[in-house]
Amino acid sequence: MSATPSTAFEIAAAVRAGSVRAIDVLEAHLGRIAARETDIHAFNLVTADEARAAATRIDDLVAAGRDPGPLAGVPIALKDNMCTRGVPTTCSSRILEGWKPPYDATVVSRLAAMGAVSVGKTNLDEFAMGSSTENSAFGVTLNPRDTSRVAGGSSGGSAAAVAAAFAPVSLGSDTGGSIRQPAALCGVVGVKPTYGTVSRYGLVAFASSLDQIGPFSADVRDSALILESISGHDPLDSTSIPQGPLDLLSVLDHDVKGMRIGRITDMPEGADPDVLGRLEAAFDALRAAGATIVDVELPSLKYGLTAYYLIAPAEASSNLARYDGVRYGRRVDAVDTNSMYMATRAAGFGDEVKRRIMLGTYALSAGYYDAYYGKALKVRRLISDDFARAYATADVLLTPTSPIPAFKVGEKADDPLSMYLCDVYTIPTNLAGHPAMSVPFGDSREGLPIGVQVMASTLGEQSMFKVASALERHMNSSGGRS
Amino acid sequence: MSPAEIVVAPNDGSYLIDGYELVCGLEVHVELATATKLFSASANRFGDEPNTHIDPVTLGLRGALPVLNRHAVELAMRIGLALNCTVQPSTFHRKNYFYPDMPKAYQISQYDQPINVDGWLELPGGKRIGVERAHLEEDTGKSTHVGGTGGRIHGSDHSLIDFNRAGVPLVEIVGRPDIASPDEAKQYVTELRQILVAVGASDAKMEEGSMRCDANVSVRKPGAPLGTRCEIKNVNSVRSLGRAIEYEARRQIALIEAGESIRQETRHWDETDGRTHTLRTKEDADDYRYFLEPDLVPLDPGTEWIEAVRAALPMLPRERRLRLSQATGAPADGEAVMVVVERGQDDYVLAVAESGADVARALVHVKEAYAEQGARPSVPAADLARMIVMETSGKLTSTQAKTVLAELVANGGGDAVAIAAAKGFEAMDVSALEAIVDDAIAAQPDAWAKYCAGEEKAMGALVGAIMKASKGKADGKAVTALLQSKRG
Repeated sequence: MSATPSTAFEIAAAVRAGSVRAIDVLEAHLGRIAARETDIHAFNLVTADEARAAATRIDDLVAAGRDPGPLAGVPIALKDNMCTRGVPTTCSSRILEGWKPPYDATVVSRLAAMGAVSVGKTNLDEFAMGSSTENSAFGVTLNPRDTSRVAGGSSGGSAAAVAAAFAPVSLGSDTGGSIRQPAALCGVVGVKPTYGTVSRYGLVAFASSLDQIGPFSADVRDSALILESISGHDPLDSTSIPQGPLDLLSVLDHDVKGMRIGRITDMPEGADPDVLGRLEAAFDALRAAGATIVDVELPSLKYGLTAYYLIAPAEASSNLARYDGVRYGRRVDAVDTNSMYMATRAAGFGDEVKRRIMLGTYALSAGYYDAYYGKALKVRRLISDDFARAYATADVLLTPTSPIPAFKVGEKADDPLSMYLCDVYTIPTNLAGHPAMSVPFGDSREGLPIGVQVMASTLGEQSMFKVASALERHMNSSGGRS
Repeated sequence: MSPAEIVVAPNDGSYLIDGYELVCGLEVHVELATATKLFSASANRFGDEPNTHIDPVTLGLRGALPVLNRHAVELAMRIGLALNCTVQPSTFHRKNYFYPDMPKAYQISQYDQPINVDGWLELPGGKRIGVERAHLEEDTGKSTHVGGTGGRIHGSDHSLIDFNRAGVPLVEIVGRPDIASPDEAKQYVTELRQILVAVGASDAKMEEGSMRCDANVSVRKPGAPLGTRCEIKNVNSVRSLGRAIEYEARRQIALIEAGESIRQETRHWDETDGRTHTLRTKEDADDYRYFLEPDLVPLDPGTEWIEAVRAALPMLPRERRLRLSQATGAPADGEAVMVVVERGQDDYVLAVAESGADVARALVHVKEAYAEQGARPSVPAADLARMIVMETSGKLTSTQAKTVLAELVANGGGDAVAIAAAKGFEAMDVSALEAIVDDAIAAQPDAWAKYCAGEEKAMGALVGAIMKASKGKADGKAVTALLQSKRG
């Protein structure tokens, strides 16, 4: 090969073919990390030694004539809320700083079995609660495209790692947009698959009915490759759909002729004009490629954000109750058990986590359940019903991923409500359990990346990837301009 | 506390203390006899080294997820079907509260859609006690509080937690408040325990904690609205259950009679002082913030599975008592039938009868010879049958029969004829016995005269002489019968 391969797809092919060594691929990435990580802070932990050992094992397999697997030698960064055996998994929280899980998350063991090489654990908003990584207890992740700006969140570290080419691919988790929004802000591809297609076993729970793991990558094909690798039934996750891996790579070259692309006529307002401009350009590109644009109405969509900020905190208040100082992690001693709980949790959790625990506890409390949590569940059903009607006439829906491009560090840090609005377009998908992905589709006038969100119905990943791939082809052929 | 007058008529609902009715409902938790835990592959075993049956799910480590144990579902269905419940599609909820031995700070339990609903349990006397529901949930770990007083967490120096029990499958059987006396409560628990053992769902040992019973107790004047109830916890035996309920009823009546009101609260039964003590009041009760467990999917066993479980249910204690009662003529709620069925020896009694023995005698012998709970009779049914045939044909007196039976039990079987011969228990024929009786009458004319005049006590002297003359080989019943027939 003439040049060092840069995508996961190319790396795996080259390593399997023996034309490139996994250790050389890894060193190239570690070199970039050494050069730029102090400016970006994508990682909580770079596991260089373990990665070198893994890459060497891959090379040894190849040398012995054996196939290390479809992800042979592919460096991958893991959001630091996925359990890695013997490697600290912090969720960017002080409450569990230094705690080493005794087991691997299912996605982690699957990736390793396929030959991928983990390079480290990426930064996130504490317990995945936030849209800027500013809620990390270990400091903010900066946007590789403009280091005065945030990388988005909560999977900001994983998005930045790919944008900075610290790894060709990474994994994030998406509860209300935590993969798609940072992907849009950093100018990379990010996918939230259908709820239940990727095992949550070993993913530290934020809101269990919404959380889903998915990939980041520089191009659509790599996300398809990683999603094919990590999807498929896991008996350790009861909510895992009993089916095999998704089939995605085979549809990427299909054209979109005849596909019905939905435009939401009553979409929540407030998006930046540049963002809306890029969305229009995306509709134009798909129309030009032979797709039909259809109007759909989703009247309940505007309640999605409110419902989400009751359901997600409610589940979080329960999921995070186990961090009580009794069995593991940080403990602040006190005179009795209740005081110990309070002292431990007061010292261990950051403000946003405490805010959501309180919100969620309140929403579930006797006397308030019906008015808050119960009503939010009804809204969730209405949104699903609206989507079902929309998908009767459209194969996919297109919206902005984020209402705004990457914002300045500190710009929204003291204004939780304005931060919450970052997820207005991504949240409804999680409430419905549907797949959605963000595809880079040009820049703002300021030169900041803008992402378009492609949404599909349950297990509609093939349609979604076809459209995402068509948008990518359009960008490549137009040289990055519309 | 002054003893109140008790009008005892336990089975017809007319049990009263000082003119008050007792209203009681029981909540019984049973540990299921599964090999593994409700949501993980760790062993479900009692009594092992602490913290040896643990895993990421049991400890609530972050990222660990529950996977429902299918065998636990089957055992829960057996319980429900044995209690005449409807088995229905169900869901799991989280019951949120902080406690050190609760690893996730929530318990996975069934809330508004339990697997079993609307059944009943029939007491031996025929009264039905309603069963509102019987649902699946996970057990907590076990805390041991060191230092302080009374083994309670408050005031202790430190606590030790054993998570072996955490995640053990439980079924909570919530009874309706149909129980009207301490005795009915004891009968309910005793019957329930037999059912649980019979269907193989649990070993149901209250002493080991594999069956735990809480009692909701209130009192009222007949016809009055329901009174405020208190929940009694820490009742560790059937006997304590009766005592605790009676104590609690009297405590409430004393308060009412003193013009005070009952506070709704949870109370702790103290075995040593025989009283209940406030554990927590309604005001400081936890708000459990129940919500649907998002890590599990709804459970719908489906008709096919439910019917397969129903079809495979063994005969239940009530049916077995009826069967034995019909075979022996003994009452179904009489002591012999109750005891033998509880021990699971009824099949054996019927097998002895099949081998040609009188079934009523078989019942009596089995009940008396195998006093140990659940003991498997060691004597082959045919051997016992042969002994009983000897007894009923008059070849062995009842005293001799007991002696031979003891020998059979000690040896795990044997030839009753040979044992009787070895003991010198020769058959005494009727003419020989009659001669001895005639001799005795002739020797004691005064006693005979008194006996003939209707003085029954006088028979004693005659029988004594006859037994002595026969060297104990005479059958007491035969002697009495002979004396009666000669008196005319």
